[in-house]
Amino acid sequence: MKEASRDRLKAFLTLLPSIILVAVFVYGFIGNTIWISMTDWGGTGSMALEPQKNFIGLENYVDLFNGFLSAGFRQDLVNAVYYSVMLLAGAIGLGMFIAILLDQKPKGEDVLRTIFLYPMSLSFIVSGTIWRWLLAPQGGVNVLPTYFGFDALDFQWTSSTKAILEFNWQNILQILIYIAAFILIMVGLFVLKDDPQKAVKRWLGPGVVVGAFAWLGGSLLPQALFMEEMHGFNLATLGIIIATVWQYAGYTMALYLAGFNGISQDLRDAAMLDGASNTDYYRHVAIPMLKPITISAVIILSHISLKMFDIIFAMTGPDNAQTGHPALNMYMTTFRANDFARGAAIAIVLFLVAGTFIVPYVIGQYKQRRRG
Amino acid sequence: MSTTQKSGITPGSVLLYGSLFVLALFFLMPAYMAIVTALKDPANISLPTAWEWPDEINWASFPQAFGLLKSNIASSLVLTVCATALSTVLGSLNGYVFSKWKFKGSELIFTLFLFGMFIPYQVILIPLFQTLRAMNLYGGLPGLILAHVVYGLPITSLIFRNFYSQIPTALVESARLDGAGFFSIYTKIVFPLSIPGFVVTSLWQVTQIWNEFLWGICLTRHEDNPITVGLAQLAGGQAVSWNLPMAGSIMAAFPVLMIYIFLGRYFIRGLLAGSVKE
Repeated sequence: MKEASRDRLKAFLTLLPSIILVAVFVYGFIGNTIWISMTDWGGTGSMALEPQKNFIGLENYVDLFNGFLSAGFRQDLVNAVYYSVMLLAGAIGLGMFIAILLDQKPKGEDVLRTIFLYPMSLSFIVSGTIWRWLLAPQGGVNVLPTYFGFDALDFQWTSSTKAILEFNWQNILQILIYIAAFILIMVGLFVLKDDPQKAVKRWLGPGVVVGAFAWLGGSLLPQALFMEEMHGFNLATLGIIIATVWQYAGYTMALYLAGFNGISQDLRDAAMLDGASNTDYYRHVAIPMLKPITISAVIILSHISLKMFDIIFAMTGPDNAQTGHPALNMYMTTFRANDFARGAAIAIVLFLVAGTFIVPYVIGQYKQRRRG
Repeated sequence: MSTTQKSGITPGSVLLYGSLFVLALFFLMPAYMAIVTALKDPANISLPTAWEWPDEINWASFPQAFGLLKSNIASSLVLTVCATALSTVLGSLNGYVFSKWKFKGSELIFTLFLFGMFIPYQVILIPLFQTLRAMNLYGGLPGLILAHVVYGLPITSLIFRNFYSQIPTALVESARLDGAGFFSIYTKIVFPLSIPGFVVTSLWQVTQIWNEFLWGICLTRHEDNPITVGLAQLAGGQAVSWNLPMAGSIMAAFPVLMIYIFLGRYFIRGLLAGSVKE
């Protein structure tokens, strides 16, 4: 008994250095960044050993979202949303498609798998550098059609200034409420089949109310800015999205392929015997079974899209405002402009966005383990 | 044997192989472009002919790019080897405790560890920068090694914890009955069985650390910049002649590509372990 408790102490002591390191370097540092984001630490004296820091509350955050000079940050934020959505849709869609193709056991499957996954082993700087050359305006991808007898494209992959799907930042509050209502209604429709009562009470009802409020009371909502400020999906970001999808589609392919291999052949044979076609099998059996894998892929890819920094740095350089991202903006603000407090505020915004889907996920994992 | 496999040419198989062929071309396109450009004489690199194989192969880009990136490659090597070794050893010990010596609260500690895997690096960057400066570690490799070891802990502990869960607890229990203690169980039973775990974890760490950029650019000075930073600077200048960045890219990609091609099985296992699937 005494031996055992001494061993237990040794186990704890072994873990202790790591616990301290994680406590300080993760949790302590997050706390410190929150504190810095509420100060006015910046400017010429910011690199001094004892820099002057005054507490100013949430001023930095307010400024980021409706300050006159922070339009760049807001465009970056909009870009980040588009990057995430496109990376998720592209990498999961393409990855799943390739996994289904390879699941048919074509000849040369091993070689093909190697080809689809190798971009994952590269750094963003390497792939960004190569893609920047591939997307050069008068070369690379744009001249490819000439080899098939067509005219060359003249698309400005990473330097276009055109934007589509524009909206006015003045109305951001109204738009956010619309999005919330949309999500509530979609969840409600999804649940409707299994539990109509809960669906109406919890999701559909509130969704319709919130949506109606935003529609009817839209003019009563405070506007975020005094002047119009348009933000949208810049076509210049397309090149970066293609490169990121190219790099990460193989990763989701590997996840799904592992999942498909885990499904027993019996189940597949049974589905086929019941008259299911190949398409039916994937649509109604295999893909629904791999929901946990899809969730993992969403978490990992969102996380990657949130720290999208290197690839933009390599592809469009740090100074192209069209293709910016908050992660890049944070670096520029902190280490190029020496505005530490604002940089910290941007970092915390990123952190909060990341937290909204990662915290429920990790807590879910924790609960699952305690139960299991 | 899959029931869907049929012999002969069917419309289905034409579609299957056709799609795979087009996709493979798309995935290989950047690699081809990098090689073909690196092998060209800078005078012959022009945008409209970018895809064409050079008439005369010019190998000079590689030694030239190597000369420019030599110190970056050296610091990346030191950084990767040291940080990988330290973080795998620590991760192995942590994983051993998490899977075989659970105590009250260890599940919670493990979960708190896991969060560390998901924080955007930006959120700890400023305090990290300040702390390294205060510890006099800013600018050199030791500070960068420290950062990689600390922020590698969650993933290495996770991989080893999952790996050690496969070692039967009965084995550990019987050793304990025979009088073996905490460390002798580790050195005599757990560690000898860990080699595949070490391979998976270190390959994963090597790729991550070799490919990392943000800390490299924020926490090191010029002479200690890792390869990613060196490559970004080489490619970032105005009016670059593209043979050098392409040769540099190939060199920066080389070690991880070799790992991937020859030890792909372990690489993929690390990749899948990174998705926190249990």
